[in-house]
Amino acid sequence: MTTHVLSDTGVMLDRSIKHVTRSLDTIITVTIMPIAFLLLFRYVFGGAIQANTDNYVNYLMPGILLIAIASGISYTGFRLFTDMKSGIFERFHSMPIARSSVLWGHVLTSLVSNAISVAVIIGVGLAIGFRSSAGLLAWLAVAGMLTLFTLALTWLAVIPGLTASTPDGASAFSYPLIFLPFISSAFVPTETMPGPVRAFAEHQPVTAIVNAIRALFEQQPVGNDIWIALAWCAGILVIAYALAMAAYRRKIT
Amino acid sequence: MATASPAIRVDGLRKSYKELPVLKGVDFEVAPGSIFALLGSNGAGKTTVVRILSTLLKPDGGTASVNGFDVGSEPLRVRESISLTGQFAAVDDILTGRENLVMVGRLRRLGNPRETADELLDRFGLADAGGRRVGTYSGGMRRRLDIAMSLIGDPPIIFLDEPTTGLDPEGRIEVWNEIQKLAGDGTTVLLTTQYLEEAEKLADRIAILHEGTIIVSGTLAELRKLLPPAKVEYVERQPTLEEVFLSVVGKQA
Repeated sequence: MTTHVLSDTGVMLDRSIKHVTRSLDTIITVTIMPIAFLLLFRYVFGGAIQANTDNYVNYLMPGILLIAIASGISYTGFRLFTDMKSGIFERFHSMPIARSSVLWGHVLTSLVSNAISVAVIIGVGLAIGFRSSAGLLAWLAVAGMLTLFTLALTWLAVIPGLTASTPDGASAFSYPLIFLPFISSAFVPTETMPGPVRAFAEHQPVTAIVNAIRALFEQQPVGNDIWIALAWCAGILVIAYALAMAAYRRKIT
Repeated sequence: MATASPAIRVDGLRKSYKELPVLKGVDFEVAPGSIFALLGSNGAGKTTVVRILSTLLKPDGGTASVNGFDVGSEPLRVRESISLTGQFAAVDDILTGRENLVMVGRLRRLGNPRETADELLDRFGLADAGGRRVGTYSGGMRRRLDIAMSLIGDPPIIFLDEPTTGLDPEGRIEVWNEIQKLAGDGTTVLLTTQYLEEAEKLADRIAILHEGTIIVSGTLAELRKLLPPAKVEYVERQPTLEEVFLSVVGKQA
């Protein structure tokens, strides 16, 4: 049975990648908002923000990428919901296949489609002045960090995908996640915020992740931030995976 | 027939949804290579029986075996023996007809899924539509593709849950012909339907599921004996609207 997991997951991945490439509008809807924020903060608000940096696009980039991923994963919830409703889920489950491949196909697809969105946004960033002196190792570390973040949020997205009763419910949960970077160090230094807000901002996962990625891009020492960021992502991943699997087991029995 | 062990055996099957009992002790057996119709009105529990037999749902009590394998203790063996065509065509709208078939072929580990896909497209009159997305198919085409997907891997037992609900008369006749061909090739077919005519036309044996139990079961001839013998009456026979429809559109029932 375990030998089939990989090949079955491959078939499922192939299927849902076709869903992504045949509805490229999903990539556009996912990237358009982060790109709009990028332009807005670069050309409208940026001039008034004191971020103690000589390149505000560089400062923005990590938070913008996290916003893109937070909005991208809502499509995983949506696609999973559609599968549940259409009956194809039941067809797969009545077949002699590794059942876990049904979920993993969606999760891996989320990694691929979010990687495409991230690449598009970095491309736009480069066009308006994003520059990084980071070497290959630092870029790999950024890619690893973003992959882990995507994986954690995708498993989070699986939960409403399995349990929601409407397509809107399956994807709406990502809105608060999209908002999270605004109350973090993504756009302005947290020192400028009033007490309680600052306390929240400094102790939520986005700040640690943003700081770690920013340090990697700028070739600065990453300090503790990268470990806090990794711990947050791993923690969210483990809990979301456990809850998603529990919801899945309830669905299939 | 009497000596062969049954392809499907259901014994004292019980299932409740919350407080609502749906199945209150269902018993029946299906002989290998026969067509068995489970007849009942909406909400009689037909789909629940099919979902239990295809390992999608666990019963509260009773036993069921398919191809000699217990659905509770050997679900994987059961899944290797069956194919489910659910109430709503479980096809992928974004993929083409051919891609749907190839996907199932790969999941069933066929050596040459493409070849099998082309054969089935031919057999089900979908050769021209094979390269089109299923989202553009008519209801009858979707249902034929759905059944074609179920035949991949030649499972010895096929469950068809209301296969003609929502089809036009032509589509219904096409599906009927396919079901008869299947049984002719030795496949065991368990069919649920709410159309008396469909059970009458196709089934070797018919069981009527009503308020959670099988109230009668037998061949059509046996069921007819339950009523007083036929009287000879002279009535002027008008063509039915269905006969008129089929003759004007040029199809034969």
